[in-house]
Amino acid sequence: MTATDLTALTAAGAVAAIERGDIDAGELFEAYRAAAAEDELNAYLWVAEGRPADATTGPLSGVPLAVKDLFCTEGVPSQAGSKILEGYRPPYTASVVARLAQAGAPLLGKTNQDEFAMGSSNENSAFGPVLNPWDRTRVPGGSSGGSAAAVAAGSAPWALGTDTGGSIRQPAALCGIVGLKPTYGTVSRYGMIAFASSLDQAGPLTRDVTDAALLLRHMVGRDDRDSTSVGFPEEVATPSSERLDGIRLGVPEELTGEGSGVEPGVLAAFEATLKLAEELGATVETCRLPHAPHALAAYYVLAPAEASSNLARYDGVRYGLRVEDGGLVGMYTKTRSRGFGTEVKRRIMLGTYSLSSGYYDAYYGRAQRVRTKIAEDFHSAFERFDFVVTPTSPSVAFELGSKTADPFSMYVNDYCTVPMSLAGIPAISIPNGLSEGLPTGFQLAGPAFSENRILDAAYALEQAIGFDGTDGRTA
Amino acid sequence: MIDREQVLHVARLARLELTEEEVERMSKELSDVLGHIEKIGELDLMGVPPTTHVIEVSNALRPDEPEPSLPREIALANAPAVADGGFLVPSPQAGGE
Amino acid sequence: MNEYEPVIGLEIHVQLSTRTKMFCGCELSFGEPPNTRTCPVCLGLPGTLPRANARAIHFGLMIGLALGCDLAPRSIFHRKNYFYPDLPKGYQISQYDEPLCKGGRLGDVRIHRVHLEEDAAKLVHAGSTGRIHGSDVSVVDFNRGGTPLAEIVTEPDVRSAAQAREWLTLLRTTLRRLGVSDVNMEEGSLRCDANISIRPVGSAQLGTKTELKNMNSFRFLERGVNAEIARQEALLRAGRPVVQETLHFDPTTERITSLRSKEEAHDYRYFPEPDLVPVAISDEMRKAAKADMPELPAAREERLQALGISPASARQLAWRSELGDYFEAALAEDGPTRPDAQPLANWVCNELVARVGEEDPAASKVEPAALARLVALVTEKAVTVSNAKRVLDRLVEEGGDPAQIVEAEGLGAMAGGDDALDPIVEAALAANADAAEKIKDGNMRAIGAIIGHVMRETKGRADGAEVTRIVREKLGV
Ligand SMILES: [Mg+2]
Ligand SMILES: [Zn+2]
Repeated sequence: MTATDLTALTAAGAVAAIERGDIDAGELFEAYRAAAAEDELNAYLWVAEGRPADATTGPLSGVPLAVKDLFCTEGVPSQAGSKILEGYRPPYTASVVARLAQAGAPLLGKTNQDEFAMGSSNENSAFGPVLNPWDRTRVPGGSSGGSAAAVAAGSAPWALGTDTGGSIRQPAALCGIVGLKPTYGTVSRYGMIAFASSLDQAGPLTRDVTDAALLLRHMVGRDDRDSTSVGFPEEVATPSSERLDGIRLGVPEELTGEGSGVEPGVLAAFEATLKLAEELGATVETCRLPHAPHALAAYYVLAPAEASSNLARYDGVRYGLRVEDGGLVGMYTKTRSRGFGTEVKRRIMLGTYSLSSGYYDAYYGRAQRVRTKIAEDFHSAFERFDFVVTPTSPSVAFELGSKTADPFSMYVNDYCTVPMSLAGIPAISIPNGLSEGLPTGFQLAGPAFSENRILDAAYALEQAIGFDGTDGRTA
Repeated sequence: MIDREQVLHVARLARLELTEEEVERMSKELSDVLGHIEKIGELDLMGVPPTTHVIEVSNALRPDEPEPSLPREIALANAPAVADGGFLVPSPQAGGE
Repeated sequence: MNEYEPVIGLEIHVQLSTRTKMFCGCELSFGEPPNTRTCPVCLGLPGTLPRANARAIHFGLMIGLALGCDLAPRSIFHRKNYFYPDLPKGYQISQYDEPLCKGGRLGDVRIHRVHLEEDAAKLVHAGSTGRIHGSDVSVVDFNRGGTPLAEIVTEPDVRSAAQAREWLTLLRTTLRRLGVSDVNMEEGSLRCDANISIRPVGSAQLGTKTELKNMNSFRFLERGVNAEIARQEALLRAGRPVVQETLHFDPTTERITSLRSKEEAHDYRYFPEPDLVPVAISDEMRKAAKADMPELPAAREERLQALGISPASARQLAWRSELGDYFEAALAEDGPTRPDAQPLANWVCNELVARVGEEDPAASKVEPAALARLVALVTEKAVTVSNAKRVLDRLVEEGGDPAQIVEAEGLGAMAGGDDALDPIVEAALAANADAAEKIKDGNMRAIGAIIGHVMRETKGRADGAEVTRIVREKLGV
């Protein structure tokens, strides 16, 4: 088999081929290592020299894994896309990365991302933007843009990302791959460099739904090192259903109708997928999420507030960048002002402001209550519907630099993904077609711990859609 | 709705140093974003409890059993400045704090 | 000119004697080399998360029970945000509006709240080494960082520095009995800040308060509070206002200096710690805390009084638990030499304390058994009080058995009817004829001279009452 043949396999396909003895795990690793080393999309910030000596062959048979930069990996640069952590090599490895290595998925490389996962285009990386493999003048989405681009371009079989307000689903949509944000708490956050603790969640970015299920199976589970982690109630199964008989899909007016700002082309692809769903036996009806239009506002209070505190540890004392300035306060301010990028500073300012005395109740307190209402909205929606479906992103991949001038125009990319993040519920994005020759994403969200049912439904749709991602890989 | 003075105050709290040009931009951009955010002020949230955790977990306590600490050289390995087995910093007093 | 009355509230930080830190598995440090008791969590490395120590919660509940607090069925941790080199995460995990315990009372002071938090690291000033552009530098040691702390906040019920000191002694004893802390002020496992204001006597409203920090001994607490009260009085009498601020008391100079810090330094931006889940106190946790409760000073005080011990001694023995323990050990001495409670209590509280001072008598050379026997000898009149005190001096110096010392030194009392005593009294009367006359005339005060004479002759072995009896007999009065 040639290297291209090897990297053409899905992860699950590669696992099967290795188990059959058709291919060799070492050769597979080398094929991907070479592809990652030659990557021209700036998707990687670090690539492994070779297969780790202690690589265990668990159920994942040695199929390598690309990991977002913000996962701590012992002795390997873990910089969260930030200059303030440039060259930082942690003394420990994130629980989920260790778990996957145990399961037989060795570390292939660390992928580029928006600084501290703050962004929707990957243009906020201190190490340069990632290019979209479908069109290199466009963004891959963010913040897990490097992971999405690597998987879409075929330089990684699969990758780990993190999703705080859409950072897995949106780049997956813009790169034409599958991205899943699991139920909050089901994947340990220990070792994930924090953006917003109450929202951050790790998840898989893969070429198809089957790979997503396979990777997720070895990610979930309670971790004593994360007080907020919970056990997954069942085994994550391999999806297999071909039909959607009896499945009730709810289409929230607030996220798809007037004022949702969804592009016509994206909306068209969405409508087409709904038709397909009905042909597979699903019923499609409009549902209401009355507070969803306020989700973005609540999110941009809560996430920056938590971030302003999570990022206080970057003070030039124990690790990372330090800029001397004689005194202590001078050292703090110079270090942080030079170390953080513009968007990170903007969010630290926003979060510090909304927590500062006199503003807490008006901002943080209210946002937490809006969060409660949004969770209630979903709860009542799931009494009538199995899933809530929306376009993942209001637009397809946009041109580099086209939205950097106006922060809020960038923030609205998360319009359809943020409500699920606030509710802590699982949601998947699958590619459902092209608009202007660029991939669009279809989002399926379900109640907490409904991952198996989500994967099953997504699998049925995936088969019917028959999306062809090869353009992304050969672009 | 967030003026220059507030920007400077918040920057001090956050230990950030902004150039004149950044101060101007921040106050414009933050005001803009806050303009969108303040729409939640219109909602009636009387009696609605705040959500801090979306998951129903409590305690998750750790038994009081020792785990190995890091060797000192590892603990200090990433430190920008080290002296006498510790992390070297400018004295707070010298920093005017 | 009008009188002022101080209004004082205390804030006490207590290091809990768990094995490991509040939020990580590092063992607590006792003078290990710097930064040898750290891990990714207590160094605040990126990506790490805290895990609350179950025993710290348990100790917190025991403290709450001991202080008569309401144990919150649900409490949560908050982040207190501020920048300082001894604070690795840029925030301290503490509790804010939902603390572990609320309300309560100890002695004559009401408790406002008890909450748990993590201690800061140690910042050692390293002088001007010139390593950083010639400016002043410090070195951070994270061994102490993350040590579990219980913060106990009282209501402003304290009215004097002396009362503050006495109450803190009671609190220390209570915590020591609980076994939740070393409660050593000098070593910093017990730290006390005082919120102090003064107001005209009789006035109901409170004056502006200042926070006085760094009083690392009971003596300094009393001195510091007095100094601050005096400072505020001087200000008010001079018609100048008291400014709300944080003050530092320098024990050596006794001077009070302002720790003026930027006003925004007080904007801690508290918000609920998203990395920790709520603490929900189950019946099991409550029961476990109750089960570990020892007898507390107040209860002991009552029990000792029931033994017939004077209220004053009972309180002293109960509040200074080491005295109480010593006393009860001595009292437990069974057999013929079993002493009575009241005299034994007096000997412990007065004679022994006068000799060992602040230190724990258990650490002295005087075995509880020895003191028990000595007191028994006194009650049996086998040795006089004055000689018994001399025996105690010897015991304090080299220990040993009081009976043997009495024997060896020939300090045994001359019992009544002892014919050795008659001739000595005869001689004394003869040598003090005028005193004898006065006694005959009914002036019993003159007998002092006779007894003094006899005591000199017998080196204090004679029993005063016995001598008096013989004198009356011989003079027929
Ligand atoms: Mg405190
Ligand atoms: Zn530790």
